Amino acid sequence: MNRTLYGNLIFELSKKGRKGYSLPQDYDRTHTTAELPEALRRSEAARLPECDELTVVRHYTNLSHNNFGVNDGFYPLGSCTMKYNPVINEEIAAMKAFAGLHPLQPAETCQGALEVYYNLQQSLAELAGLSEFTLNPCAGAHGELTGLMVIRAYHEAKAHPSRTKVLIPDSAHGTNPASAAVCGLEVVEVKSLPDGTVDVAHLRQLLDEMGDQVAAMMMTNPNTLGIFEPRVLGITKMVHEAGGLMYYDGANLNALLGECRPGDMGFDVMHINLHKTFSTPHGGGGPGSGPVGVRKGLEQFLPYPRVKMEAPPTATEGGTAPLFTVDFGKVSPSGDDGRAGTSLGSVGSFFGNYGVMLKAYAYILSLGREHVKQVGPLATLNANYIKERLRDDYLLPIQGLCKHEVVFDGLVDKSTGVTTMDVAKRLLDYGYHAPTIYFPLLFHESLMIEPTENESKETIDAFINVMHTIAAEAKSDPELVKTAPHNTPIGRVDDVLAAKHPITTYWKSLEN
Amino acid sequence: MATFESGLYYSESHEYVRVEGEFGYIGISDYAQHALGNVVYVDMPEVDDEVTAGEEFGAVESVKAASDLIAPVSGTVVEVNEALNDEPELLNKDAFANWIIKVQLSDKSELDNLMDVEAYKKHCEA
Repeated sequence: MNRTLYGNLIFELSKKGRKGYSLPQDYDRTHTTAELPEALRRSEAARLPECDELTVVRHYTNLSHNNFGVNDGFYPLGSCTMKYNPVINEEIAAMKAFAGLHPLQPAETCQGALEVYYNLQQSLAELAGLSEFTLNPCAGAHGELTGLMVIRAYHEAKAHPSRTKVLIPDSAHGTNPASAAVCGLEVVEVKSLPDGTVDVAHLRQLLDEMGDQVAAMMMTNPNTLGIFEPRVLGITKMVHEAGGLMYYDGANLNALLGECRPGDMGFDVMHINLHKTFSTPHGGGGPGSGPVGVRKGLEQFLPYPRVKMEAPPTATEGGTAPLFTVDFGKVSPSGDDGRAGTSLGSVGSFFGNYGVMLKAYAYILSLGREHVKQVGPLATLNANYIKERLRDDYLLPIQGLCKHEVVFDGLVDKSTGVTTMDVAKRLLDYGYHAPTIYFPLLFHESLMIEPTENESKETIDAFINVMHTIAAEAKSDPELVKTAPHNTPIGRVDDVLAAKHPITTYWKSLEN
Repeated sequence: MATFESGLYYSESHEYVRVEGEFGYIGISDYAQHALGNVVYVDMPEVDDEVTAGEEFGAVESVKAASDLIAPVSGTVVEVNEALNDEPELLNKDAFANWIIKVQLSDKSELDNLMDVEAYKKHCEA
């Protein structure tokens, strides 16, 4: 993109009175806000940019060229599982029969859609080794909050409202303590051993001190360093014996998919990020989805609505009753109908992000029961291949096998002053998305690479070569790396200024 | 590399106390500001607030992370370093000169639980 010609904001392109549309002559008569209450009507015009259609199309087309996604190139963003979003997922989610549905339409008119919903609940339960899933939460963090609310509801139902503490390893994703705090629970940090796994002696000490106040322990396995917790069975047993529940953060489920199951490790509640493990788009690429699963005995706390399968009608009944039904869990005004009293009720609008679920279900069916077992091993193989090929130039703080991602602690040779930030910026020049940097916080120069199972050996070899080239540049021409990127539309942004004085609106040139 | 100042008391969570009579000046160590990177915001308590040893009294946000400030000692806040509101980067420039809060110490024996500079150096190397 030519930044001089096309680098303006849409507001800077605005010219007063310029339009990209024409409305029917009687538009003002037929589209009036007169019926709206005074308080809801604008007193002044919205300050929107005014442009012709071609200007708008060029502006956004040029912006899109500045973007970088999985479809553009290798995107090894650790902890995010940036796997490819298969085209068939999009085609199925765009089908009119699905996209045109209304959430309140009668169940008998959308049996197929409900069947998909039900089957996805069942598939996730089978893959996780748990009893039942809700698909309602609209993102991973939303799922975490919902899962913790299930745990809180469980303890309240057991008359243990004093269980308000949540044990969280110091290597956890920041969303874990944030979700616990939003849920009104108190975070207690569990220390890690030098190899990044849970310090079981510290956990024992915490359980001895405050076991009767512990609501749950949240764990990510493999943890945020990509290391499988070898003592997970002992940990879940210890927490259960103290009366707490085990929460599994599904952020790193991809490493285990089809190989081993959180339910079998002793976890009681978990969330899954469909936009990670099940190939649906991330963040700005489409809404997320964070289904929550529970083990047997906790189903009654899950939120509504739920999709259920009724017993197939017998021949004598005429076969007219719908097989799949929706239970909205109507709460009686007094809240005394028992069933609704234990459920969380609703955690969002209607069923969650249905389009995302279609994509995830398409992915599961595309792989099938047999091939889903290859996901974890291939993702793990790719990460370990990168680990072994890069450890001569990049400092590997934790030895041994990793799972789906590998964490380095910057360059081995720190004498040049080239930091992880510089390496990440230089990667952009070579056409790669940067890995996750400065997370986990356990190391000062964390560089976290997650290749996923999608990438070919050729792609990974090319990336490894570039990483070696950058390490060589750091020695021969450190300034080149410290001032990177040089080939991108925008160089180094002033992230301190952006954090201190964020400007989130732009109206300046609208008066022209 | 990080510098260390002698004569101060240090906590495991990288806060320091400089004791002057009945008062303690609490800040974060140079090692801590190095680890945090560019500081963009310092969340501080107000004058007359009570702080308790081992408990959170504020937070430091950097471009990398937000970290709680844990009080190394208990006491009453008598002054906060207002300059950090406009220039949080002062912590990066000189973490020891730019203390965060000044407290009236309520229990000087709590200082015995903290580390001297040599012990703190070892703690940072571990």
